[in-house]
Amino acid sequence: MSTLEKTETKPEQNTTTATQLSGSQAVLEALIHEGVETIFGYPGGAIMPIYDALYDYNDRLKHILVRHEQGGVHAAQGYARTSGRVGVAFATSGPGATNLVTGLADAMIDSNPIVCITGQVFASLLGTDAFQETDVINITTPVTKWNYQITDASEIPGALAKAFHIASTGRPGPVLIDITKNAQLQLFDYQGYNKCDHIRSYRPKPIVRKEYIEQAAELINAAKKPFVIFGQGIILGKAEQDFKNFIEKGGFPAATTVMGLSALETDHPQHVGMLGMHGNYAPNVMTNECDVLIAIGMRFDDRVTGRLDKYAKQAKVIHLDIDPAEIDKNVKATIPVWGDCKETLPLLTELIQSNDHREWLAQFRELEAEEIKEVIHPELNPTSDILTMGEVVRLLNELTNGDAVIVSDVGQHQMVACRYAKFNQSKSNVTSGGLGTMGFGLPAAIGAWYGAPHRDVIAIIGDGGIQMTIQELGTIMQFGAKVKILILNNEFLGMVRQWQQLFHDKRYSFVNITSPDFVAVAKGYYIEGNKVSEREKLKDALRTMLEHDGAYLLEVMVGKENNVFPMVAQGTSVSEIRLK
Amino acid sequence: MEKQEYTITLYTENSIGMIGRISGIFSRRKINIESLNTSPSEVDGIHRFTILINESEEVVRKLCRQIEKQVEVLKAYYNTDEELIWQEQALYKVPTDIIAEKAPVERLLREYGASAVVIRNDYTVFETAGHREEIDKLTAELTKYKLIEFVRGARIAIIKDSAGFHSKLKQFEREEPSQETIENEFLDQADKVFTM
Repeated sequence: MSTLEKTETKPEQNTTTATQLSGSQAVLEALIHEGVETIFGYPGGAIMPIYDALYDYNDRLKHILVRHEQGGVHAAQGYARTSGRVGVAFATSGPGATNLVTGLADAMIDSNPIVCITGQVFASLLGTDAFQETDVINITTPVTKWNYQITDASEIPGALAKAFHIASTGRPGPVLIDITKNAQLQLFDYQGYNKCDHIRSYRPKPIVRKEYIEQAAELINAAKKPFVIFGQGIILGKAEQDFKNFIEKGGFPAATTVMGLSALETDHPQHVGMLGMHGNYAPNVMTNECDVLIAIGMRFDDRVTGRLDKYAKQAKVIHLDIDPAEIDKNVKATIPVWGDCKETLPLLTELIQSNDHREWLAQFRELEAEEIKEVIHPELNPTSDILTMGEVVRLLNELTNGDAVIVSDVGQHQMVACRYAKFNQSKSNVTSGGLGTMGFGLPAAIGAWYGAPHRDVIAIIGDGGIQMTIQELGTIMQFGAKVKILILNNEFLGMVRQWQQLFHDKRYSFVNITSPDFVAVAKGYYIEGNKVSEREKLKDALRTMLEHDGAYLLEVMVGKENNVFPMVAQGTSVSEIRLK
Repeated sequence: MEKQEYTITLYTENSIGMIGRISGIFSRRKINIESLNTSPSEVDGIHRFTILINESEEVVRKLCRQIEKQVEVLKAYYNTDEELIWQEQALYKVPTDIIAEKAPVERLLREYGASAVVIRNDYTVFETAGHREEIDKLTAELTKYKLIEFVRGARIAIIKDSAGFHSKLKQFEREEPSQETIENEFLDQADKVFTM
């Protein structure tokens, strides 16, 4: 996070003599000083002064008018994920602010650095049940890293500086600043903008303890079967290269969480796949075979660990994380290495012996071969006429060569995308991991494109999720984000249907979802589109989508009752992973 | 692990909404707060929370990590009763005529170190401070003598081993960053804390 937080640089002193600014102008000045270029937002009564000021900042700040505030916050998340910078969203008070809540919760659990600014009723009206008044601070407290209400304009520069510092440093997260309308309108003596680099009650960067590095290295050097599992911490810490140096020197097999995808390129010879409920066979099984488990920038989510009392009990656990609350939370660490992995990984790499653990790695490949035979090959190369989600992703890989940003929504298609999409570079996987927010995909893809406008951004979305936030097609229509929307339509809420099939005697309760003519809907938004259900047309259709200069919607009809496997059923151990 | 009484002591910034942010950490996990006191601390401008809960050590430790993670919390400590000097305060309102007539009441009050705060014709207010059990006993006794009103304050506690927060605070301030490892006693106790 070092480049985000810029702690080393002295605060930028703006020494010009005090000028009179409105609170609203001060907000926009703050954004400019923080390097913000793009804002996702939606105006309304209580934030009108800020939008009025924005009228004059049009040349320096690009505002994308979303179609719903939830779309705004998801777009800010997508932007943060592909750009590595802080995403910014604006919303008005009351319903505008409450519409942010899902996105804030999503950003909180997935550690996305975003700053949301909401308008609020006049300070004199607070607590009077005024029009469009809600207690936004209390509503958002559990889903923000920090939040603050401003009732006086003079607080604005300081509070926003703090907001950006908190959002982007340590374990990143969402910050919400609520500004009453009187503070937005108020003129005050603006003393310039000073970036925040220190808050005394906030210590984002722990001092690394060498003795724990040494103990960890000792354990690693003595290990016969070391296994590295990594998460988004590698990406957030901008430590991709340090991580690669570490696993290459030690010769460790390395498996990723959903959130860690793309931190290490898929084709790396030591990449052994994805962990978790729908992860790969080998890494799940081997978690319960290794002797030293090295967890880096991940938080042992229940979808990763399966049944905790049967998780890696044989292994000594080394846990590298920046957040001390994560260490020992779910899985007891033998050696805790608390710190930014950008710092700890090079220190650890220096102390470990070169090794290749060839035979140990070969054991992973043996299990992988089994999975390829039983699951992967049939999924990617089906013999029946019915299309599979997997083959669509395989063709996509062939056409993009793994260079695209893959945004996914939530459900079966998400797991298939995460399992089979190829990633060559970091910050290429954007998905709602912790919260599992259906409807995340389309707006997040819009933000992802603004965060990386020169890359192909492909949003893989199910027929259920797309209908939750489909109105954001309007945002694409108006502002021209070149997002490729790939709907994998199985005419079901597929993941719930899969569970109902496996665990509820096939009692399909309200998983049968009908869809509009998506191509016609896209056409209504002046977005080009196509629909395919035959294998021979699929590759050309994907190619047309990718080559089209602009947004494009491609609907692919896939098998209705296909299941995602392997699967670690809820309440079972990772070693009980089933292949079918 | 067995549940027992733990007293959590927090040093925080004095900002609006802190109680909500902190109490949410307990209520989210469906953990009941037995008592909560907020007050100034030994350091000017730093607020002190004293929170009493009944939980296992593991749960309390994790709660403290979550609390300390809040941006405006400087430090969270948790202690067992043995590690603390602690007190709770209580006020009792009883009818004056009964107090005047019954000698045992006076003896009782002496026994529990209670003293009169207000004496009126119709009622008398006593106060006492002490441990929970003593207060509970006195309450039970006074109930026999037509106790009109009773209130007990939140626990307040002093940590026997603590050297106070003055020097700690300097480590948090930019001006005097600590040479020793900052606030890492969590790791210092790793031998105790991290067991396989």
